[in-house]
Amino acid sequence: MILVYINSENGISKASYEAITYANKLGDVVALSNGSLPNEELSSMGRYGATKVIVDRAVNGEDQQQLVRMIAEVAASENADTVVFVHDISGKAVAPMLSVRMNAGLVSGAISLPDDSGAIAVNVFSGKAIGNVKVNSASKIISLLPNSLPPEEVGENCSVEEVSTQAGEARIKVLSTKKPEGEIPLPEAELVVSAGRGLKGPENWGMVEELAEKLGAATACSRPVADIGWRPHHEHVGQTGVAIRPNLYIAIGISGAIQHLAGVNGSKVIVVVNTDPEAPFFKAADYGIIGDAFEVVPRLNQAIEKFKAS
Amino acid sequence: MNILVCISKAPDTTSKISFSDGNTKFDENGVQFVVNPYDEWYALVRALELKEAGGGQVTIINVGGVADDAIIRKALAIGADNAVRIDTEPKDAYNAALQIAAYAKENAFDLILTGKETINYNGSQLGGMLAEGLDLPFVSLATKLDVSGSTVTAEREIIGGVQVVEVEAPAVISCAKGMAEQRIPNMRGIMAARTKPLTVVPAKEIDDLTTFVSYEMPGEKSAVKMIDPESMDELVSLLHSEAKVI
Ligand SMILES: Cc1cc2nc3c(=O)[nH]c(=O)nc-3n(C[C@H](O)[C@H](O)[C@H](O)COP(=O)(O)OP(=O)(O)OC[C@H]3O[C@@H](n4cnc5c(N)ncnc54)[C@H](O)[C@@H]3O)c2cc1C
Repeated sequence: MILVYINSENGISKASYEAITYANKLGDVVALSNGSLPNEELSSMGRYGATKVIVDRAVNGEDQQQLVRMIAEVAASENADTVVFVHDISGKAVAPMLSVRMNAGLVSGAISLPDDSGAIAVNVFSGKAIGNVKVNSASKIISLLPNSLPPEEVGENCSVEEVSTQAGEARIKVLSTKKPEGEIPLPEAELVVSAGRGLKGPENWGMVEELAEKLGAATACSRPVADIGWRPHHEHVGQTGVAIRPNLYIAIGISGAIQHLAGVNGSKVIVVVNTDPEAPFFKAADYGIIGDAFEVVPRLNQAIEKFKAS
Repeated sequence: MNILVCISKAPDTTSKISFSDGNTKFDENGVQFVVNPYDEWYALVRALELKEAGGGQVTIINVGGVADDAIIRKALAIGADNAVRIDTEPKDAYNAALQIAAYAKENAFDLILTGKETINYNGSQLGGMLAEGLDLPFVSLATKLDVSGSTVTAEREIIGGVQVVEVEAPAVISCAKGMAEQRIPNMRGIMAARTKPLTVVPAKEIDDLTTFVSYEMPGEKSAVKMIDPESMDELVSLLHSEAKVI
């Protein structure tokens, strides 16, 4: 039996349905969540292959160690030999702790199903290569990189079972939480518009934000731009910032240094706008535009406007 | 505060990545190794800042063979007081984390810092494993860190935002960008590092739960399609009907 832990704090993400779909290809799936999301929404996981959803309403997950205890308890009671996570901010914290608690080998950031020998592919060297990992222990934990396989609807809504686990005391106290409204979180964004030093100064980001807004995209930037304070740190993508793999990555005035590419080369489609025909980014691009951002981006904004109106 | 910082060896970010022995081993030939940037720039530098402000000691710990001494000396040059190397080639994060946990159990630390991930295996595994191995509270992906007495305040990334949390030391914190700025070691630091204590301790018998059996290079991208900078309508239409991303 495969147990899938779903963080449903902000609703059920597309990546969560991907994880259920993935697990459904490995065996019978039970989904586990916590918190207050209504049953109607939780039961939608049945459509992707969950036979039931278990939820502990009393665990809020602010101390992720409580989630670890909750998951370990349910894994034992349901006889799960594999636990699947989404490799997002939540999965990255919880899965390693569970690995030690359950003595279960962890494959983090899986991008494939196990092959005939049981090996699972993951990105290594910041996306410059792929490694195939085998788990030596009887129990396994897999955290699935978002956007690695499309979610597949296979059935109907399933039942939701409320449980009460021994999740223990929270040792972490939350003092405040900030969730910027309207902003699309970068790590989960399907579309990303990113800009670099080619934009000359922070006052020129208006057209980039406009493009992002028109597309419903998140904004990102290169490292120097975050370092000099033109843009917030959390927008810095690359080997030493956030690694992303959206469907579309538009890079404006970014040269395409190896450390930048390492964090974005998993993107499905890359568009590059640069004045320099020799910019290394063109080698990693699907569509390239040699031109001045200050002319190209406003034109692109108009074109999108026209496209949306048609 | 008595702070332990876990540091790992990683290939320099400009390294060309290739594999040997039938694609089963990372080819270290000609590769320059550095301290994993997350460990160095954020965890180590913040630990030094906390020590400078409030006193205490910064110890770095590494699981690795003698070849890792070079990056250990680099971290000492940046300002750590002393170093520990657990003498074994780390096979997986589980093994490395439990090696460090075994050492930390016998030596009292108030705070244990790790980078958020390594740039070679990118697993984000060690911090959480270490916290669970020591049964200490764990703050993942911290972008700010402050200490007052035994109370640790951190800002951490959560899905869709950030959160300020408080925890009592001892605790394990994984460190991400925002926490500190890179420090370049100066000549004095480099000289001092030569004589700072580096203790080598034998490894414990611990299983490794995962094995990298082989490696491959990602498939080549198809050639770039150039689009006239005047024809943004064409780009939009290609993104819609050819690439199917908008
Ligand atoms: C250890 C290490 C880690 C690093 N990690 C990262 C990382 O995680 N992420 C990252 O991004 N970088 C990282 N870097 C830095 C990286 O090497 C590059 O320096 C950086 O990515 C360059 O940023 P940029 O492309 O914005 O700036 P530049 O390299 O200055 O490029 C600006 C580009 O804009 C173009 N341009 C100029 N004017 C215009 C215009 N009007 N219209 C269109 N194009 C224009 C130029 O032709 C040029 O290609 C790292 C470096 C090191 C040493």
